[in-house]
Amino acid sequence: MTDGMNRRGLLRCGAWAGAGLLWTVSGGVPRSWLLGDASAATEGLTFVQISDTHIGFNKPANPDTKATMTAAVDRIAALSPKPAFLIHTGDITHLSKPEEFDTALQIIKGANAEVHYVPGEHDWLDGGDGFRQRFGQGTKGDGWYSFNAGGVHFIALVNVVDFKAGSLTSLGADQIAWMKDDVSGLSASTPIVVFTHIPMWAVYPKWGWGTADSAEALGNLARFGSVTVLNGHIHQVLQKVEGKVTFHTAMSTAYPQPAPGTAAAPGPLKVPADKLRSVLGIREVAYVEGQEALAITDTRLSA
Amino acid sequence: MRLRYVALLALLGFGLLIRLGGGLSAAETKEVQIDNYSFTPGTLTVPVGTTVTWTNHDETPHTVVSADNPRSFKSSGLDTDDKFSVTFTKPGSYSYLCTVHPYMTGKIVVK
Repeated sequence: MTDGMNRRGLLRCGAWAGAGLLWTVSGGVPRSWLLGDASAATEGLTFVQISDTHIGFNKPANPDTKATMTAAVDRIAALSPKPAFLIHTGDITHLSKPEEFDTALQIIKGANAEVHYVPGEHDWLDGGDGFRQRFGQGTKGDGWYSFNAGGVHFIALVNVVDFKAGSLTSLGADQIAWMKDDVSGLSASTPIVVFTHIPMWAVYPKWGWGTADSAEALGNLARFGSVTVLNGHIHQVLQKVEGKVTFHTAMSTAYPQPAPGTAAAPGPLKVPADKLRSVLGIREVAYVEGQEALAITDTRLSA
Repeated sequence: MRLRYVALLALLGFGLLIRLGGGLSAAETKEVQIDNYSFTPGTLTVPVGTTVTWTNHDETPHTVVSADNPRSFKSSGLDTDDKFSVTFTKPGSYSYLCTVHPYMTGKIVVK
């Protein structure tokens, strides 16, 4: 087990993290500890997930999404050891406006790390032009790609383009075929991290919280011993284990959304202003070569 | 005498305008509200020539996009209080959806 932080860093994080939880999954069994209880290791790969920054949103649920995204980036910049890179799992912007993309890019520079992006549906309101212009280089199709880091194979999927009436979103046959080809040369012991925007499991289909062809896509990964799927979209932390696949949805840095089915619709949830930062956050993920499990730490912006 | 005649004409004219205005709004424009991730009314039947206007009351952006292929109409992302209008000039059944939340669907029937 590792959380990728040294003792001092851990204590420092513990001081601001409050309700932060460390998650590790070993042999298909997820376990959690309070941040301060975890023993620490420094070697291995650590990266950070940031999600649903919604730059441009300014309604009562969070009138200042720039400030909360900046607070998240400041937390990331303070991490020790420094994460290898960031992944942003979409809804960078609220309305796909050029100035929203540019503001988000300016803020995230503060993390002083490479960022790998996937789009959310809010980043595709202009048909994907703004996103592709800034992040499309070197990607396939509507922006999917893969890369290797620290012995882990990362697959970035796009599931915010193929929406059909009355249905869930889908990845589409082309992306699934590419994915199959992408992993064909990998050994089954290679840990796989898939990241995308909308959940790859049926969290709550009535609200569109799922991907129609996710089973087909993940079928391509059936032979791998460790598959971790990270996503955003639903602005809250949920986990699920299915065989060797673990699914984790992440907090937003902008505003929370209701738990599945607890409201008439999944609109922004208003919490008292002094509680807002306790329902926003980031995620740190650590992997040590030779260990099966990835350690996942979800950290709130305040207690 | 002359003054009274002018006043009468003015009154008549005013009445005509009111009737004309009322007739226009009843026959040629209709509203669809977007509230809590749904279109209301879900199905709207209108005569040919009607302009339908959608208004987004949610804090979340929505779109109004024809489900036909090729699409017969398509809004951009509608922020809170944004409106989008389409004038339907041909009879038919026009299904549409919010492409951001595809479980949100509606239909305009033009007769």
